[in-house]
Amino acid sequence: MEILQYTEAHQQFRTKLRKFLAEEVTPYADQWEKDHIVPKSVWQTMGRAGFLGTGVPVKYGGMGADFLYTVIGIEEMTATNQTGLSAQLHSDIIVPYITSYANDELKQKYLPGCVNGGIISAVAMTEPDAGSDLSSITTTAKEEGDEVVINGSKTFISNGINADVIIVAAKDPAMDNPYQSMSLYLVDSSNPGFKRGRHLEKMGMHSQDTAEMFFSDCRIPKTNVLGKKGNGFLILMEKLQQERLVCSIGAVAGAHIMVEQVKAYCQKTKTPSGKPLSKFQATQFTLVEMMTEVKLGQTFIEKLVYEHMAGDNVVIETSMAKYWTTDLIKRIADRSLDLMGEYAGDEQCRMVRAWRDARILSIFAGTNEIMKGICAKFMGL
Amino acid sequence: MEFKLNKSQKEIQKAARAFAKGEFDKEQSLEFNKNREYPLKIWKKAADLGFIGIHFDEQYSGGGLGLLENVLLAEELCRRDSSMGCALLLSSYGSECLLRFSSTALKQKFLPAIAEGRMLSAAALKEHANDYNITGIAATAVVQDDEYIINGVKPYVINAGNAGCYLVLCRTDPDLDLKQALSLIVVEGDRAGLEVDKISYKMGLNLINTGTVKFTDVHVPCTNLIGTQGQGLQYAQHFCNESRLNIAGLALGMAQGALDRAIDYVKQRVQFGKKLGQFQSTQHKIAVMSTKIQMARLMVYEAAWNYDHKNQDANLAAMAKLTCARAAVEVTDETVQLMGGYGYMTEYEVESYFRNAKLMEILEGNQEILKDQIAGHVIGRIK
Repeated sequence: MEILQYTEAHQQFRTKLRKFLAEEVTPYADQWEKDHIVPKSVWQTMGRAGFLGTGVPVKYGGMGADFLYTVIGIEEMTATNQTGLSAQLHSDIIVPYITSYANDELKQKYLPGCVNGGIISAVAMTEPDAGSDLSSITTTAKEEGDEVVINGSKTFISNGINADVIIVAAKDPAMDNPYQSMSLYLVDSSNPGFKRGRHLEKMGMHSQDTAEMFFSDCRIPKTNVLGKKGNGFLILMEKLQQERLVCSIGAVAGAHIMVEQVKAYCQKTKTPSGKPLSKFQATQFTLVEMMTEVKLGQTFIEKLVYEHMAGDNVVIETSMAKYWTTDLIKRIADRSLDLMGEYAGDEQCRMVRAWRDARILSIFAGTNEIMKGICAKFMGL
Repeated sequence: MEFKLNKSQKEIQKAARAFAKGEFDKEQSLEFNKNREYPLKIWKKAADLGFIGIHFDEQYSGGGLGLLENVLLAEELCRRDSSMGCALLLSSYGSECLLRFSSTALKQKFLPAIAEGRMLSAAALKEHANDYNITGIAATAVVQDDEYIINGVKPYVINAGNAGCYLVLCRTDPDLDLKQALSLIVVEGDRAGLEVDKISYKMGLNLINTGTVKFTDVHVPCTNLIGTQGQGLQYAQHFCNESRLNIAGLALGMAQGALDRAIDYVKQRVQFGKKLGQFQSTQHKIAVMSTKIQMARLMVYEAAWNYDHKNQDANLAAMAKLTCARAAVEVTDETVQLMGGYGYMTEYEVESYFRNAKLMEILEGNQEILKDQIAGHVIGRIK
């Protein structure tokens, strides 16, 4: 029995997306990895083809599609061997903040562009001294008449170089309680008070333009706040379930691709005596263990997707899934390189990029230690 | 049982630590990594101070010391900078074949050049990526007059293109089984017919060239033969056992270097109003990392000490390599995790420790091969 029921329309979407990615994305992955960024034009190509912001309501240019389209998007994007065109981060993590919490004027202004790829989004929370502990951010948002003035610096921001619109977490310095003083604001990259910092070099995700951001007397209308002023933490909490689920789906999808690839490698690679690696018992058991773990992950994730779509509160389970699935992909990446041996020293071996890219998953969107801390609280410990 | 390093070993450790501190520059190393450039000047300085070929005899410009001393160097240099440590220690990769088995004339010709930082060496042994046991050799060396004519292709050769000499494992007899059919021959890097196809982008060890070396009718004098014709496989296996301990030493240093950085980080980084190092989960991680390193260190020191005391134990060498490389991967991985986003950023170094550590686990015998070998020794042959 399938937990998730894909319709004919879902399947057609998958087929179309797969064809699109095979033609417009995968062939350029190596070049983007070298460039450390993807061209903005590919966002537009993807948007115009109807593959961005599928969940955005029809009146703002989207499809108003259900979460299964997101699942399909993640699974297909994972196979493209690049991370710079971070469609899911944009469509299913950042854009939903605007869809759910921006006023109608901002929605009219930004959402159609987010859907057609003309506008790329970023979310700026992390600061040099505030990573896991978001309550300790120091970026300020001071009210001055009809305006809010933002000052502070952010780091490790995905899409940082390409971003046209940025959701910024900042605190009202007039308030003491960090949980009530934080709000989320929408900042346009054309704002003269906004500056991009360094384009950061990383272990992996080379095609992803991760960067620093600086806000100095960055003035925005008061109405650019998301939801109500002071509701930053509440909004984040509300969105975290989907964010963690998106990460988990990606981790399991990535792990699945790795196992398929290393399996194929072990079947086609022979020792000098002519025996394929896949005929060695230890290799077989390792591959079996890896596939078993992937199946466990898939089952867990499918159930969570089902519950998420039904509107259930599965914050704890998605936190568990986020830590477990991202550790899973790390374990599988690690063992895959062992099985491939010296071949894996050469970046020609696709698994190396996957291994480097996978390492961030247990760190971003809340480290696995943070996930466990959250679960401990909710388990009443 | 005397369970400590002697005075001279402690001094070597101290000198290596001081050298690394004085000569290795983080920014410069990041540049070398980015440009995939060999650190020529630092290599020469290391050689001048006697850090290259410390295990060579003194008459060949070596330090007249043992494998344990070389392991101590590997550890200290990698601790400070994993990429630099590997580049320096592996500059003499393969030279042990000359040191242990070749004629005095060949030793005189090559070893001083290697120890004095005038020549890099390379071992071109196996022909399949994962043929760590060396079971498939197609390269040939045919005698014609007083020369060998060598033909063959060797992939994943460390120092390919930069080396002044290659230790090449060739078939000198087409009929005999491998134990008698193979010979080890040293080929100068500038011989006609030697071509190198460099790997342009690797997962790690980016200061070092790695590539495929192709030999097409390469002529070398018969006197370039190492030891006895037909003994090549035995020499190559002996070399691999010795080399595994050097690799284990490099891996140990990477683990220690990562732990050093992790400790510094958790002592200063504040989250939720506390230093990271005040959280029990962090403390236990650091405790486990330290324990793994200590376990690894004991094994590689013992194995190297045994080697120096004429008690060459291939089984212990395999265990030490297995343990040190695993410790290195796990400790560097945990360090990246502890440092969070910073851990993943190139400028904070530890991500390159992690990449280099994973290569230590793959080079010179992956887990599967090492376990095969250890099991073969422990269980023995079952009839």
